[in-house]
Amino acid sequence: MSDQKVDSERRSLILATTAAGGVAVAAAAVPFVASLAPSERAKAAGAPVEADISQLKAGEKMVVKWRGKPVWILRRTKEMLESLAALKDSLADPDSEKPQQPEYATNPQRARPNPNPETSADGGDYLVVIGICTHLGCSPSDKPAEGNWQGGFLCPCHGSQFDLAGRVFKQQPAPTNLEVPPYKFLSATRILIGDDSGSSGEA
Amino acid sequence: MAGNSNYPKYQSDGSRLGGLLEWFDARFPLTSLWKAHLSEYYAPKNFNFWYFFGSVALVVLVIQVVTGIFLTMSYKPDGNLNAAGIPGAFAAVEYIMRDVAGGWFIRNMHSTGASAFFIVVYLHMFRGMLYGSYRKPRELIWIFGVLIFLCLMAEAFMGYLLPWGQMSYWGAQVILNLFSAIPVIGPDLSVLARGDYVVSDTTLNRFFAFHVIAVPLVLIGLVVAHVLALHETGSNNPDGVEIKKFKDEKGIPLDGIPFHPYYTIGHDLPAIVIFLFFFFAVVFYWPEGGGYFLEANNFLPADPMKTPNHIAPVWYFTPFYSMLRAMVWNFFWVIPAKLWGVIAMGGGVVILAFLPWLDRSPVKSIRYRGPIFKTLLTIFVIGFLILGYLGAQVPEYCFFGLSWLPGAVIAQIFTFYYFLFFLTMPYWSKIDKCKPVPERVTFK
Repeated sequence: MSDQKVDSERRSLILATTAAGGVAVAAAAVPFVASLAPSERAKAAGAPVEADISQLKAGEKMVVKWRGKPVWILRRTKEMLESLAALKDSLADPDSEKPQQPEYATNPQRARPNPNPETSADGGDYLVVIGICTHLGCSPSDKPAEGNWQGGFLCPCHGSQFDLAGRVFKQQPAPTNLEVPPYKFLSATRILIGDDSGSSGEA
Repeated sequence: MAGNSNYPKYQSDGSRLGGLLEWFDARFPLTSLWKAHLSEYYAPKNFNFWYFFGSVALVVLVIQVVTGIFLTMSYKPDGNLNAAGIPGAFAAVEYIMRDVAGGWFIRNMHSTGASAFFIVVYLHMFRGMLYGSYRKPRELIWIFGVLIFLCLMAEAFMGYLLPWGQMSYWGAQVILNLFSAIPVIGPDLSVLARGDYVVSDTTLNRFFAFHVIAVPLVLIGLVVAHVLALHETGSNNPDGVEIKKFKDEKGIPLDGIPFHPYYTIGHDLPAIVIFLFFFFAVVFYWPEGGGYFLEANNFLPADPMKTPNHIAPVWYFTPFYSMLRAMVWNFFWVIPAKLWGVIAMGGGVVILAFLPWLDRSPVKSIRYRGPIFKTLLTIFVIGFLILGYLGAQVPEYCFFGLSWLPGAVIAQIFTFYYFLFFLTMPYWSKIDKCKPVPERVTFK
């Protein structure tokens, strides 16, 4: 075999056949790989969820499931809101410059104004964030105020710490603040999570 | 070409059984396979304790395959809640443990088998490092072995999701999110691996498919390749000398003995019996393995709304998990710590494959290697064990509760050492003061 002269015409045919076969295999792999992507049903499961916040007292937190993830609704007290400003120097992104929130939550409270005039004057006491650490996806636990710590969240997996606006402290494994989902107040006592259409202008 | 090799076909002695064997042998390479791999495969006569673990690993593989098949008959990969509000997969494991006759036994064998597999394989790999079993001409055996180790890790990781407990869920969540550290394609790759935006029923089903068929097929293929490559070059031995150098007039190595029956019956069978003694002691009396074989939090059903307060991987992943956590700096500005962690964890395994070319020592076996290797290897082993211990602890752990012995810093030191050990090996392995190697194996 090896000492025979290679027939160049046959060699071209072999090359052409190999190339065509390779293309066919690659093309056949496409539907298999595509089948691994989220199915239409999984995509459709992201419907908005409504939450009733009428029973939530100041300082309390409730958890709502949206797209399989925990969404926290924390009703902050006046002291909690006032404590946020003092943390500025110890946070990685105190002014929420990274796109981890909708436009209307790019403020010191990282929240929409409270539609309930009886409970709050300056607004933003309801914090709505996705309770998933931006590092590797664990759900942080509540870490109540104690000593120098003025309250916030601690991720049990790799120790990232967040303040009461879901902002990450400096030099933590988590690279960014907790994500604020799109949401809107339907009334003074009801929040819709996952849909902010028709209300994004107000802030 | 084992089929039409040097081994003559079986000639019948006229008996009925002999005739049947002759009929078979004319149509299938039965005699030649038997002779090439067992009765006329000559292994060095000086094998010791460390040479048990290859055969024992094969026994564990069989245990895992058989118990796995039976578990599949009663298990359902279902991440949705049943009428009682319990996820189907979690309920299926409880059903196996409580209601299936002997189910607890089969399940405990399978879960203990996973840990046993890693104990045996880690010892088997360490043997390779002790006696230089990866050196020329056995590089491919070693590389097949590293691939087997990777397959085992994939198999264990995916199998761990199936009971759908809290550790299953959040362990998979953390590891799958590691993909998202890869630049550009990372986040999409992470979604593609899960098949959903979170770890869900879809993820569970595909992990089941990989765990019960895709990975085992590859694994068994690799085991065959590992053994075939071994039988091509012949086994190394505690002296690290080639027994093929000295052969008798029939071409049989002077220091070799037939694998069967000397090693099968005389060496490995007793070892397997002793191994099974310990194995079943754990299966019957200590299946949780002190919380290291089966973790406490995994007896709670998966809850996507709440992460347990302390999550740690199963013990066999903890050394590499420590390496992941050790990376907290953003080196070279653009590369974030998260990606470095992934690189360290993956690199920790992959670097093993390069061992045959990193080691430049003139001798193979630790018996004739110098003080540098012995010292560095001892520190390497201690470091690896400490990394393993720390990987199971909380990130803020301190040794003996002493704040000046922080686990995180010690893990960083030993992670650094782990890579330094391999990367500087071409240098120090060459200058080490080795002892003269005997011509033939030493055996008393």
